[in-house]
Amino acid sequence: MSHESASQAHHAHSHGHEAGHGSFKGYMTGFVLSVILTAVPFWLVMGDVLDSKLFTAVLVMGIGVVQIVVHMIYFLHMNMRSEGGWTLMALIFTLIIVGIALAGSLWVMHHLNVNMMPMTHEMMKNMP
Amino acid sequence: MSATQVHDTDEKPTFYLTEDHHPENSTMLGFWIYLMSDCLIFAVLFATHGVLGRNYAAGPSPADLFDLSLVAVNTAMLLLSSITYGFAMLQMERNAKMETLVWLGITGVFGAAFLALELYEFYHLIAEGAGPTRSAFLSSFFTLVGTHGLHVTFGTIWLVTLMVQVKRYGLNPENRRRLMCLSMFWHFLDVIWIGVFSFVYLLGVLG
Repeated sequence: MSHESASQAHHAHSHGHEAGHGSFKGYMTGFVLSVILTAVPFWLVMGDVLDSKLFTAVLVMGIGVVQIVVHMIYFLHMNMRSEGGWTLMALIFTLIIVGIALAGSLWVMHHLNVNMMPMTHEMMKNMP
Repeated sequence: MSATQVHDTDEKPTFYLTEDHHPENSTMLGFWIYLMSDCLIFAVLFATHGVLGRNYAAGPSPADLFDLSLVAVNTAMLLLSSITYGFAMLQMERNAKMETLVWLGITGVFGAAFLALELYEFYHLIAEGAGPTRSAFLSSFFTLVGTHGLHVTFGTIWLVTLMVQVKRYGLNPENRRRLMCLSMFWHFLDVIWIGVFSFVYLLGVLG
């Protein structure tokens, strides 16, 4: 009897675990949100909606980041609790490395370009 | 008497939790860490494209080359394949083998459509003389988008393999675990594609 109830509890738990992997409502919410978040940046660029290119670029990247978060929550089912928080830990660690790699590369290479020796016309002609 | 009984049932589930559920959990965490390492590969390729993406070597620029409506259709294919894979997972949880297979099949069709459109785009670019050897911009473009396409290719092969497995052996625990891993892989590729269409295509055409 006690074993049965224990295995029942076990089953209930495993079911609860799978339910944590998404519901129809969750997938649909994620899908509708990401359709909107995809359509808006395409419309901004293809329709030439805004005058400022810089503002459009910032908006496109900002909406992209929001969409990535939406996908993480509704499709990849990220939360604070999964695997005792270790998936979130791994994600944060990766994001830090990605941030360093991206920002560092762009920063260093930009300075390299700025500080490059100016090229004369003669040198340009002898380029391979 | 009743107190000990409560104590008994309280203790058993804890035992099952720690001993029984561990293997399944660690597979998911391990696969997540693999995805994070894959994320680093893409981060480096994105950084490379960020550095080289404006070096056209007097060749064509993104505004000359990219057809955004084709990219929009491509994005729709991948997004639709993501939601249909989600439906397959919901059917798997209901233990409906046939429905799971149908949704997996639809996912595979969308994946194949995405690949076909991407190959068409690549073929078109190379035919126009804008191959990977044309400029630094095109080298980094082909490397980044090609690596993503390669991932989708292997994901599709994995999907077909799993469809055969599910058809032959049913939705047993092993196949469920594999389907869950592929689910993470597939949604992860969609996340990477968000970066690709925002950063490479839209910002590229914007100039």
